Amino acid sequence: MVELIWLVPALPLVGFTILWFFGKRIGEPLAGWLGTAVVALSFLTTLVVFAGLWNEPDHTFQVDYFTWIPAGDFQVEIGFLLDPLSMAMIMFVTGIGSLIHLYSIGYMHGDSRFPRFFTYLNLFVFSMLMLVLGDNMVLTFLGWEGVGACSYLLISFWFEKEANASAGKKAFVTNRVGDWGFMVAMFAAFFTFGSLNWSTITSQAPGLAETTATLIAVMLLIGAVGKSAQLPLFIWLPDAMAGPTPVSALIHAATMVTAGVYLLVRANPILAASAEWVPWAIAIIGAATLFIAATIAVAQTDIKKVLAYSTVSQLGYMFLAVGSGGYTAAIFHMITHAFFKACLFLGSGSVIHGMHDDQDMRHMGALRKVMPFTAFGFIIGWLAISGVPPFSGFWSKDEILSYALHKSPVLYVIGLAGALITAFYMSRQVFMVFFGKARWGASADAELANLDAHDTSAAGSAGDANDLGEATVAADADAGPVAVATEHHGHDVQPHESPWTMTLPILVLAFFALVAGVLNLPFTENLEFLNKWLEPVVGENQAHLGLSTAKLLAEMAISTVVALTGIALAYAIYMKKKFDARKVELPFFYNGWYIDHGVTVFMGGPGRRLFELIALFDRVVIDGAVNGVGRLSRGGAARLRTVQNGYVRWYALMVGLGTILIIAFILTQVSFS
Amino acid sequence: MEASNLDVAYLALAAILFAIGGVGLLVRRNPLVMIMCVELMLNAVNVTFVAFGKMLNDISGQVIVFFVLVVAAAEVVVGLGLVVAMSRRRPGANADDLRLLRG
Repeated sequence: MVELIWLVPALPLVGFTILWFFGKRIGEPLAGWLGTAVVALSFLTTLVVFAGLWNEPDHTFQVDYFTWIPAGDFQVEIGFLLDPLSMAMIMFVTGIGSLIHLYSIGYMHGDSRFPRFFTYLNLFVFSMLMLVLGDNMVLTFLGWEGVGACSYLLISFWFEKEANASAGKKAFVTNRVGDWGFMVAMFAAFFTFGSLNWSTITSQAPGLAETTATLIAVMLLIGAVGKSAQLPLFIWLPDAMAGPTPVSALIHAATMVTAGVYLLVRANPILAASAEWVPWAIAIIGAATLFIAATIAVAQTDIKKVLAYSTVSQLGYMFLAVGSGGYTAAIFHMITHAFFKACLFLGSGSVIHGMHDDQDMRHMGALRKVMPFTAFGFIIGWLAISGVPPFSGFWSKDEILSYALHKSPVLYVIGLAGALITAFYMSRQVFMVFFGKARWGASADAELANLDAHDTSAAGSAGDANDLGEATVAADADAGPVAVATEHHGHDVQPHESPWTMTLPILVLAFFALVAGVLNLPFTENLEFLNKWLEPVVGENQAHLGLSTAKLLAEMAISTVVALTGIALAYAIYMKKKFDARKVELPFFYNGWYIDHGVTVFMGGPGRRLFELIALFDRVVIDGAVNGVGRLSRGGAARLRTVQNGYVRWYALMVGLGTILIIAFILTQVSFS
Repeated sequence: MEASNLDVAYLALAAILFAIGGVGLLVRRNPLVMIMCVELMLNAVNVTFVAFGKMLNDISGQVIVFFVLVVAAAEVVVGLGLVVAMSRRRPGANADDLRLLRG
């Protein structure tokens, strides 16, 4: 059964090929169903393979199909490494992938490039599976670049708008920085091990010299930082929200951005062999990212931007876990995060769909009444990400915090602060979107409209003119003559619930966001399924906590209190209006700590001059050498070409003279004795 | 192996024919005449084949001549075809006028 593994990536590839050539002819909605079906079949195959993997020794199965690049010592195979880590990854990649494909059928309804969207989506799933399953670094890199290319194509899917096109470009260019790190790591690994096979690398890594291991680890870290949107390369992810929402859910929340974490977990023996400061650097990058991104999310008004920064922040938690030696915790959080963040993103997509492509949270409110299913799923996702027990996010985040505390109390405190802010901004989002009063103008619900008007005047008289208040007034002003207003304009929309193809995936994901915690409950060893499952991959290098029950319960209590405090704060500010929201929604946060701005200024000024210097070197020395060779052969050829003068009799003469010369030469060499 | 005077005479004839053909190929500019010169050279070689075949008492020398004749016939077809096509396109052109492929 486990031999069927080749089908898992092959099915999306087949789907991609069919859709690429015949997508237009297949048309909507059949192309979407086809794209969904291949990924769903791939998921079913994954389940079969999973069942088969139980019988393999060490739960590991490796297969090589053929040699891809045979070049002397450099041999690259096309082969798969199916171990507990890649098994866990392909389970949720194909599982969540098929749900999001299904969702896209509803979301992309009516789009002029409907089939093309599924073409790219299938290609993405294929690339992601190659990334995870590849048994050598080159194959992983192939998938790595493949998901990057798909990310670019899908971010700028609606390329008619300038902003979308440049967001795609930004993601691509920023990712290249990380790719550079991956490539250098690959060169160093080949130089050191003479092989790029993961099994060779991980088995030989413990005997590695510390400096070599450090170099490879740091380069891998740069690659991971680029792909997983950590400081300072996180700036592409919020812009990537320009893409369609299913893309944000699949690529920029659940799967692709976790590739960096996967890479670090995969390379855990190298991290263990490297210098002491490398795990520290990973943990610090993670902690800084999770804190900074969380604060930025507090002030965003775009419903997807909040989730984008939240993703960056949650990826920071995973890095913190990896840096603290909690590899299982990182994978655990990756899985639970994939569930609840995909759920949240799909929920936000449903809201955007219902609001007719309005993404501003200040125009929303009270949507739970018109979109009950979406609201239900979103609220579960919210509780999960906020870390409220017993939702899945609580367990995974708590485990990460345990490892952080084991590493250093400072990291623990930063993690807790991040958890507080996470609970706060997610509650803010939920209250602004689904609760409170409707701010989407001409509501058919007269009661809602009355409530709206009443509240607005009350708020106005109280001098409460924060962001929310202003938006409310604006909405109310529009609400007068809206009887004939078009649906697509301003706030004059009538939100509606989405079709079942969209709500079903949300509810399924919400279910898993609720229960995924059982994968790895911390109470007794028997309940730590994921821990035991990943033992063959990460067991040796995992930090050992040895938590007493009392300490464990205390940590849980602290986490719970922190999460509830965050929610309560948001409730006080956004529901009860006890404080002015502007006190927390600082412009500093809204502008992302001016990091984006800083990068722009640096790259436009001193950075540009620096790179122009490098470009000069490139132009003069590198291009000089290349062009020199070209000039040399052109000059030689210009002289040599005169031999070909076009006189056929001249050629005949040359042939004759040549024959005579050759015969003369032979005569001098042979002897007739 | 003892070469008789007659054998030497044949070889000398072949050498003379070959030289005439070679010089003719180099000095004449009419494509038709040049093809005839090539044919002359080929047949000079044929004569040497026959002569050596007789000298060595080996029949294969004459067998090869048949192969050469067949190939030469085919080659003439191509060559004359080219000459005809060329003279239709550019009547009166000689071999030196056709230098489109010069470097």
